[in-house]
Order: sequence, then C-alpha cells, then structure tokens
Amino acid sequence: MPARRKPTSSSFSFTRRRFLQGVAAGTAAAVVAPELGRAQLQIDEEISGQPRVAIRLRVNGRSYRLSVEPRWTLLDVLRNRLDLTGTKRVCDRGECGACTVLRDGKPVYSCLTLAVDAQDSDLETIEGLSADGRLHPLQEAFVRHDALQCGFCTPGMVMASKALLDRNPQPSLDDIKEGLCGNLCKCGTYTKIFRAVQDAAQTLRRS
Amino acid sequence: MAKVLTRVELNGVVNDVWVEVPENEPAAWPKQAELAVLGKPLPRVDGPDKVSGRAKYTHDVNLSHMLWMKFFRSPYPHARITSLDTSRAEALPGVKRVYTYENTPDISWYANRSKLFDTTLRFVGDEVAAVVAVDEHIAADALPLIDVEYEEMPYVLDAETALSPDAPAIHEGGPQDAPGARNLQGGRPSLYTRGDVEKGFAEADFVIEHTFRSPCQVHACLETHCSVAAWQGDKLTVWDSTQAVHPVRESLAQILNIPIANIRVICLYSGGGFGSKLWINKYTVLAALAARDLGRPVKVTLDREEDALAMGNRPANVMTIRAGCKRDGTLTALTLKNIGSVGAYNAGAGVGTPLREVYRCPNVSTEESNVYINADVARPHRAPGHVQGTWGLEQVLDILAEKCGLDPLDFRLRNYSDTDQVRNLPYSTKGLREAYEKGAEKFGWRDRTARQALSRGPKKRGFGLATQIWGGAGGPPGYAVVNLYSDGTAAVFSGGQDIGSATRTSMLQVAAEELGLPADKLSIVMGDTQGTPYGFVSGGSRTTPSQAPAVRMAAAEVKGQLLELAGKQMNLPAQRLSTREGYVFDTQNPSTRKPIAEVTKELQFGFGTGDRVQNMLIGKGWRGPNPADVSVNSWGAQFAEVEVDIETGEIRVLRIVAAHEAGRLVNPLTASSQIEGGVIQGLGFALFEERVLNNASGRMVNANLHDYKIPTMKDIPEIESVLIDLPDARANSVGVKGLGEPPIIPTPGAIANAVADALGVRVFETPMTPQRVLEALEKGLVLRAQPEEGRRA
Repeated sequence: MPARRKPTSSSFSFTRRRFLQGVAAGTAAAVVAPELGRAQLQIDEEISGQPRVAIRLRVNGRSYRLSVEPRWTLLDVLRNRLDLTGTKRVCDRGECGACTVLRDGKPVYSCLTLAVDAQDSDLETIEGLSADGRLHPLQEAFVRHDALQCGFCTPGMVMASKALLDRNPQPSLDDIKEGLCGNLCKCGTYTKIFRAVQDAAQTLRRS
Repeated sequence: MAKVLTRVELNGVVNDVWVEVPENEPAAWPKQAELAVLGKPLPRVDGPDKVSGRAKYTHDVNLSHMLWMKFFRSPYPHARITSLDTSRAEALPGVKRVYTYENTPDISWYANRSKLFDTTLRFVGDEVAAVVAVDEHIAADALPLIDVEYEEMPYVLDAETALSPDAPAIHEGGPQDAPGARNLQGGRPSLYTRGDVEKGFAEADFVIEHTFRSPCQVHACLETHCSVAAWQGDKLTVWDSTQAVHPVRESLAQILNIPIANIRVICLYSGGGFGSKLWINKYTVLAALAARDLGRPVKVTLDREEDALAMGNRPANVMTIRAGCKRDGTLTALTLKNIGSVGAYNAGAGVGTPLREVYRCPNVSTEESNVYINADVARPHRAPGHVQGTWGLEQVLDILAEKCGLDPLDFRLRNYSDTDQVRNLPYSTKGLREAYEKGAEKFGWRDRTARQALSRGPKKRGFGLATQIWGGAGGPPGYAVVNLYSDGTAAVFSGGQDIGSATRTSMLQVAAEELGLPADKLSIVMGDTQGTPYGFVSGGSRTTPSQAPAVRMAAAEVKGQLLELAGKQMNLPAQRLSTREGYVFDTQNPSTRKPIAEVTKELQFGFGTGDRVQNMLIGKGWRGPNPADVSVNSWGAQFAEVEVDIETGEIRVLRIVAAHEAGRLVNPLTASSQIEGGVIQGLGFALFEERVLNNASGRMVNANLHDYKIPTMKDIPEIESVLIDLPDARANSVGVKGLGEPPIIPTPGAIANAVADALGVRVFETPMTPQRVLEALEKGLVLRAQPEEGRRA
C-alpha cells in the first residue's frame, strides 16, 4: 500500500499538461484501455473550468491519483471520476444522507466534503463493504428483511448503519432512529430498516 | 383469434382497449390450491444488487465522451421572452452548444398548448434554454451567462383566484376564456349525478357541509429526473429514470420521426417515481437531439430544486362536501364541489371517485373543476385524487356518525355497498368487510376507550379509521416471454418495470409457480425495451395485475412443451404429467418423477466434433381482457392512534394498523413493505408536506429536502400490516389486484379522525401543523364559549 503523503506545494505547481501526461503514463493507462485513455485525455484538455490540483484519494483500500477542480465534492469525484456510483446524489446539500461514506470510520456526507479535503483519510464507500464479492452481514440483513424498495437511499442507509454498529454494537430502537435519522427514504422503508439493523447487530455480535 | 374491446383504467382515466382473447390461458388456481412459491416471503431478487451499490440507476450511467446538459429555467411565473442572447455562454470554454427556441425543432408540447421551448413562460421553472458542456460544472457555469430579457405578465397562484373573471388569463382564446370559465380547463367542470340529491337531503335527519383544503405536494423522488442519450449511427439508446420504458420509446419515435425499432430505452432501476415519471420529458428529447447534433452521448440530471419546480406534483384542492343521513346512519345524499389546480397546462385534479364509489348512497352529485394557475403542472402522484378525496370524505363520515351516536366503524358498515354504483356492476371480490374486522381486532378498536385513559396532562389520545377503494384491475396491453434452457433454468422477459415495488420478484414467483421450478432456477428481465416485449406504464397499481397473467401464460406454454418432452422420455401421456419443485411427475403415481433439468438435457446435443447446440423451449403470453360483468377493485381500512399535545399543537401518530385486500397475496414480505411505505407517505401528506409559493414572486420557497418536510425515522408510528389473501378468480388467471396506491389512501383520513377524536375539534386543512391544530383548538373554545342561542343566530 503506498505511503500516505501530504500534497506538497510542488504537486500543486504541476502544469495541467504535465500532470495529465503523468496520468496517461500511470494510473489511467493502467486501468483503462489505451484508446479510451487517450480519448479521456482529449476531453480533459478541452475543459476550462477552474485550475485543477493534483490529489490522492484512498478509497476502499486503493489509492488514486487525480486532477480535480477545488470546487468538486468528494461525491462528484467518487461518482464521475472513479465511477463508484453506489454512493448516490439526492439533495447535494447535506439534507438526506444518500451520499454517506465513511471517512476514517466516521459517517460523512460526501456532498459536503470537498475532494481536496478528503486526502489523507481512509474512505470507505458502499462498494468497499462487499469488495470480496460477499455481502456484509448488514447488507444481508437489509435484503432478508426487505429494508429497501427503490433502493436509492439504501447505500447511504447501509453505510450510516455500519458507522452506528461500529460505535454501538447493541443499539436500542431509539439509538437506531437517532443514528439514522439523517438519512431520508421516500419509499418508506424505515420500519424494515429498524429490523434489519437490529438483526445485523445480533449477527455481528455473535461472529 | 377473437378480439374484444375491454375496459382499462389508469389513475381514474378509462379507455376501451382492443385485445386478443387468449385461447390457452391457464385457469385461475383454485382458492385453496397449495402453491409452492406464490404467497411465500421470498426476499426480493434484486436486493443484493441494490444493497451493494451494483444496481445501475440512470444517474449512474457514465459513458466515454459523455457531455452534460443543464437547463436555464424561468425565474418568473408568467412572462414573455423579449430577447435572448446566448453568445457569452457559448464563448465559455467547454460549452458545446446552447439550445433555445431559436435553434430547436418546432416540437409541440403540453397537448399542443406549448412547445419544447416556448417564448411565453407560464411557471417558475419553465424551460428557457439548455446548455451542453463537457462537464456538469461547466454547464452550470454557463447558465448565468445566458442573457434574457422578459416582459413580465400578471400571474395567479391559486385556483380560487384564477376562476374570478378579472384574473389574468393563463391561456388566451378557447373555452377557458368563455364567460364564467376563466382559466377553467376545457371551459367547464366535469359533472356526475345519480339519483336526486335534493330529495336525498330532504329525507335526511342530519345534513352537514364542510370545506377541506389540501395544498400541493411534490413527489420528491430520491433519484431526480435524469436521462442519458447515445447514438450509434441511426440507432438511439436512452437510459431514462422512468416508469414507462416502452411508452417513452414510442414518444421518442414520434417526436424524432425515427422508427420505433431503432430506439432502445432502458430503466433497470429507478430511484422512485410515484407517478412523476409516467411519460416522456423535455430533457429526454433535448438530450437525444443534442447527442445527435454533437456526436457524443449527453447526460442530463435535474437537481433537487428543478425536480421540485418542474417535475410534477399532487395538485392543491379545495373540496366542499355536503352530506346527509337518516338518524339510523343511512346515507341519503352526498355532493362534492372540487376546485383543483392543475398548474399551467392540462392535467387532472379530480378527487371524486371515493365519494362516488365507496359507500352506498342513492343520491350523489359531483362537480369538479380543473383550473390553470401559474405553477408547475400536476402529474399523477401515488393514488391521485384518492388521497385528498378520502381525507375529506372520511372526516364527513365521522362527523355524521357522531351526530347519529354511532361508532364510526358501525356507521361505515351500515353504508357498505355490495355493488359498484357508478357502473351498476357487482364487485368481483370485495375484502373490505374482512379488512374492517381483522384490522379492528388487531387494533383493539372496540376496546379503545380503555386506551383513552392513557392521555396524560396536555397530551390527548385519539383513535380514528378510514376506508380505501382503488381500481386495481390493471389490464392489457402487457406481454411476456419465458425461455426454458437445457440445464433446467428459465428466464422471464416481462413488459413493465420494477419501480421499487418488488415486481421482478413477484413476476419471477408467478413463473416459478407455473413451471414447477424453485425460484432460484429463474432469472428475470424488466425495464429494457430491447430485452422485453411491450408493457404499458408501471403506475396506477397496474403492473402486477397486468403482467402477472401474461407471465403465467408464457410459463404455461413452456410447461406444455416440457411435459410433451417428458412424456416421450417417461413413456407417459403428457396430460398425465405435471411439475412441482423442480420435477416432472406422474399425477396418478407421484413417485414416478424425473428432475426437470434431466428432461431438458435432451435440448442439448453435440454437433460435429464437440460443438454444443442448445435448443430451448419458448413461450409467449399476453394479458387478456378484463371481465365485462364485474367491477374489480382493491380495498382496505386503516386505524390510527394519535397523541396530540394541546399546548404545543404537535401531533404524534403512535400506531397505524393497515388492513388491505388486493386479491391473491403474492409475497407477504414485499406486500407489507408496500403497505408500510404507503402509510409513511400518507403521514407526510397529513402532517408535513406542502409546496409553499411566495405570492410576491411566484417562486417556491421550499424546493429542497430541508424545508420541504418528508417523514424521517423519528416521525413514523408503529405500523402493523394485516394482509388479506383473497384470490380474485374473476380478475385474472393469477387472481391478483394492484396494491401500489391503496396503502397511502386512507392514512391521512384515519389520522385526521384520530386527531378530531383526541381534540373534539377538527383541522380542515393539510398539513395538520401545530399552528393549525392550535388555531382549531382556539376556534373550538370560542364556539363553545358562545351560548346555544348565539350559535344558531
């Protein structure tokens, strides 16, 4: 795992062209087919927007080198640069919890977190919870109890529930309501979420 | 093959549809049939994809080279564009094009009353221009660089004012401008009468009249409206957050003048629709046009504010109900006058169905006006009209019951109707009596006075109930295909969509039941026009009753072929064979059996040197006609217990018991989810939700999820579902009726009646906020302080 490094002033002084050359030679070329990588580069060259800065993000245990506008939120970058679209955008202003991710284990609204501010922390998204292909006991409990309908609030609910159980392995009903009331659901799945979280808590305590 | 005309209803709108009568449709399962998969609490099959973030919603579609579109919207409720200059926006690096009325094809919109881009703007949020840029932020940066000059015009924001002769005209010319019909959609109200209401009121011992006001409520789907359009040559693929993949495809074909077959519309998952995503939207057409012009995919994602401003709502209604009954509680007359605000263009704002249909009453009349105002256009919103209409009607019932000295439940039972009084038909099945009985028992309705004693200090307990009707028949058109493969697994391809109501799971259960396969041997595709046969919109509680019979018919056709194959292998006549739990078995000697996967092995054979050739069995099914001689409806009753603080005015709903009958119970786990969701949305209508428009600007002041309140976890009551399993053999071959809308319908009425029970006064306006509760209490105190004589005068 690469060592964590605070961005130095020199990493900000890259010209965009030099930075993009670096990306083309490194990360992007490694993960994207060459043709696609080139195409992406051309599109980036067209962009004006605001001057970009180079950042590193550590998401679900993997490190990414990125060039971002300072105004981009962590949510934007997760969804539109890293294609981690499990984290949802609903209100984009910290009202609904659908974009909840864990930052060093604590739940945060990724729509209220700037990507440049999210460096130097361990970020975990819904994709990281079942990274090995197996569902987390919380995810299994959500399915078993049908604690989802349209499913759009579900990733945020699951991440907020994980943060709750990490700090309180045996939550009462009121603890669950307190811990998750920052997450809105329009389909009305709350009752089943209570059951799923209590059930998962039991499973996790046993294991 | 015989074709017949059959009656199909969607959200209260009735059409006669031609449909081929299926010749080999399987007979309805007997009521007491022991079924292996149907009726079992199977967890939803797409659950793992949704909890893991793998499920791709339209929001999540990111394509190489993709451009982003953002809209510039009218800041004024009524204005004419006098000049429009996009040059500064177009000069911004990264901006590819700006679309306005000047460079967009002349595409008519809103039933020919407007265009894709109009120069007259009739509500805040009306589309003025669309910017396409290399990313979403740059598209947003360009919006303030568009220079528009307007001539502001007088506007009107509520329906009662809009009807007055001196109100500004929202559409000039036509019947809505006739004397006495200002801003009235169609130029006149819609009328219904049966019996003689004057005679009915004359016969009554008690006559009451009250006016109920419900404000506009927005859908607030978590996934905002969104499309992605991409062309490959002359083929168009559109990902759309919709409830109507097939109808959207047909609309695109018509608007863009390209063949239906060249268009693919995909919506495998949608983050809520609730009626706001039933048809094509302007942004979808523009994304397709821009993607063609610019040779790159185009994505458009509305933000939360745009969704609230321009993507539909439940209209505001002012409902005056007059009701009369005899001393013994028999209803003699009911009338309704409803004024509904449809917004700036044509829509429906009727609320009269429950009043016309739920209770037995010989003399009924309704007069309903759909009125234009300068605000966003209404769209169906889970149980359109029924939520508001029931909320008013059920309070009227309780007021009359009190006058007669009857228990509210007894009063309703006295006016129980065994026939559909509007169509003069018997009901196919009606489980309402059972819903009353089982719901009341679970709730402890008859013993509720003992719980009244739980009132502590300023917190007063109250109990109320309400009834629900919904036309949950579904109907054609709806098609399905089932394939059985050589390894004994099957795939279902069904029209319609799973909009979160677990329809994939229900359809898979139907196919598994018919095929005699365990559910884990099947997969299902819904929500892709290229991958499935046609299905109509998934709305109006129609998907399950429309698609389930089609899926069953397709599965039955495959099963017939399977039994032929097995008969040859087992040396038995196919008619003697059936399937169960993954086996073909001899019905006369069930121990003679063979795994289905063994039977289907014959479908696979070697070809030349080891190449495998796969045959498969394929079945096609479609939805046949609705029965002509009965009326098919879904039924339910809900019971509410509330606590109201008379010092703060705060209402806490403590408990709701929701008893619902929608034909055969397909899946108790997911059905109870539907019910809980309906109750919670009904709670939002009753207590919190209201679109607030600023009178001085016409702008919505709470177009976000902080100020527009939907229920949170801390607001919801304990909810108990009572699922009444009553297969309706007349409705269709699976015996199912719709359950989507029903559970939201009675919740606000039950809560309102419980609040009145707690307080002794009524709140005649939603949402029932603490302020409105306190005002009602104050008014009640003033009335009580006046002597009887004074009150009469």
